[in-house]
Amino acid sequence: MTPFWATDIGILILSIVKTLALVVPLLIGVAYLTYFERKVMGAIQLRKGPNVVGPFGLWQPFADALKMLMKETIIPTGADKLLFVLAPMITFGLAIIAWAVIPVNNGWGIANINVGVLYLFAISSLGVYGVIIAGWASNSKYAFLGALRSAAQMVSYEVSMGFVIVTVLILAGSLNLNAIVLAQKHLWFAVPLFPLFVIFFISSLAETNRAPFDLAEGESEIVAGFFVEYSAMSFALFFLGEYANMILISGMTTTLFLGGWLSPVPFLPSGVLWFLLKVLICLFVFVWVRATLPRLRYDQLMALGWKVFLPISLVYLVAVAGVMEYAGWLPNA
Amino acid sequence: MNKVLRWTWSLVLWEILCGLGITLRYFFRPKATINYPFEKNPTSARFRGEHALRRYPNGEERCIACKLCEAVCPAQAITIEAEPREDGSRRTTRYDIDMVKCIYCGLCEEACPVDAIVEGPNFEFATETREELLYDKQKLLANGDRWEPELAKRLELDAPYR
Repeated sequence: MTPFWATDIGILILSIVKTLALVVPLLIGVAYLTYFERKVMGAIQLRKGPNVVGPFGLWQPFADALKMLMKETIIPTGADKLLFVLAPMITFGLAIIAWAVIPVNNGWGIANINVGVLYLFAISSLGVYGVIIAGWASNSKYAFLGALRSAAQMVSYEVSMGFVIVTVLILAGSLNLNAIVLAQKHLWFAVPLFPLFVIFFISSLAETNRAPFDLAEGESEIVAGFFVEYSAMSFALFFLGEYANMILISGMTTTLFLGGWLSPVPFLPSGVLWFLLKVLICLFVFVWVRATLPRLRYDQLMALGWKVFLPISLVYLVAVAGVMEYAGWLPNA
Repeated sequence: MNKVLRWTWSLVLWEILCGLGITLRYFFRPKATINYPFEKNPTSARFRGEHALRRYPNGEERCIACKLCEAVCPAQAITIEAEPREDGSRRTTRYDIDMVKCIYCGLCEEACPVDAIVEGPNFEFATETREELLYDKQKLLANGDRWEPELAKRLELDAPYR
C-alpha cells in the first residue's frame, strides 16, 4: 500500500498545506512591508513613522487593512464593470503566483520546475495586463495615461532585464532556480556580474513602478495613475500587489545574484533565514532609494532603458558568453 | 571634462551614491517628531489662540462695551450691542465673535483698554459643525473663567514689553 502522502489526494493536500505555509507569511510580510517602508522613510525624513497603534505602531498594518475593508467600493459610471473588478485581482494574483518557484531554502520551492526563470519572467510580464486593464476599464484620462506610461515602461525595462537574466543563465547553466542558487556556492553572481547586478536592480525598480521610476503613479502629475478610480478593497489589492511585487523582485535578486539561502559566512549554516535577511536588505534599498531620488522625466526614463541599459547588458552578455566559451568554463559544455 | 568623459563618469552613479549616503546619515539622526497629542510644543506668552472675556477678581466682567475691538477688527468678526445696566454701568448685552471670520491678528487684544478680550493659549477648539464656532458672550466668558490663571500669568509675563 502506498503511503497517504503519495496518493493523489495526499499530494493535493500536501500542496495546499505547502502553499498556505508560503502565502500566509508572504501576506503578513506584505502588510509589514508597508509598515517597514513608513518607518524607514520616516527615519530618513527625521520623523518617527507610525508609533501609536500598538507597541511601536506594530498593529498599524491591521488597522489600515480594517479601514480599507470597511470602505465602500465605488465603481465609476463609465467603467467597464467586469474588467474594472478583474484588474486588481490580476495584479495581486500574479504577484502571489510567481512565488511558486522561488526556492526559499534548498528544495523548498513549491514547484521546483526546470524552467523556473522562464516562468518568473512570463508571470512578471503578465503583470502589465493588470495595469493596462485597470487604466482602460476606469474610463478616465488620468488612469489611461498612467496605464500607458506604465505599460511602455515595463516593456522597455523587461528587455534589458531579460539580457541580464540570460547572462546569469550562461554562468549557472540551468533555468532551475534551485540549481542557479547552488551554482553560486563559491561565488555569488553579483561579484563577476556586478554591473549587470546594478542594472538588474535599477530595472527592477522600474519594473515594480517604484520611485524614481514611479511615473505610472506620478502623484504630483496624474494624481495616482492607473488606479485613480479605485477605492476600498480593490485599491488595497493594487497596493498590496505593488508591495508583493517588491518582495518578489527582491526574492528574484536574491536568488539570481546574492546566492539565495546560501550563507556568506563560512562557518554559519545556510538556511531560510539568510534568504529572508537578503530579501530584507534588498527591500531596505528599495525604500532607501525612494526616500533619496526624485522622479525621472519620461524621456530620461526611456533613454536610460533603451540607450544605456540595453547596450551595456547586450555587450556584457556577449563578452561573458565569449569568455566562458573561450576559457571552456561553460557548466554544461 | 568633456562630454564623453562626463557621460562615462555618470555610469559610476557617483552622484546617486552621494545622495544615498546623505539619506543614510539622516536615517540615524535623532528624530524631530513631537508626539502631538501626548507632547506639545512650548508656546510664547504672546501666543494668539482662542478668545476669552476676562472678569475682575470680584466676579464683575471687565468689558465696558467701548467697542474699540469691534472697530479695530480687520475681519469684522466682532459684533457688540450694549445698553446701561440697572446700576447705571455700561455693559454689553451681546458680544459675538465669529471664529470662522477671525484671522487671529490680536488687534482686539491690543485695542482693549481694560484687558477684557484676550487671546489665550488654547488652540484645540476644533468643532464638528460650523455653528459651534460662532461664539457668543456666554461662551467667551466661560472661556475666561476656564483659562483665567493662565491668562493672568501670560499677561504678566508680557507686561514689561508692552
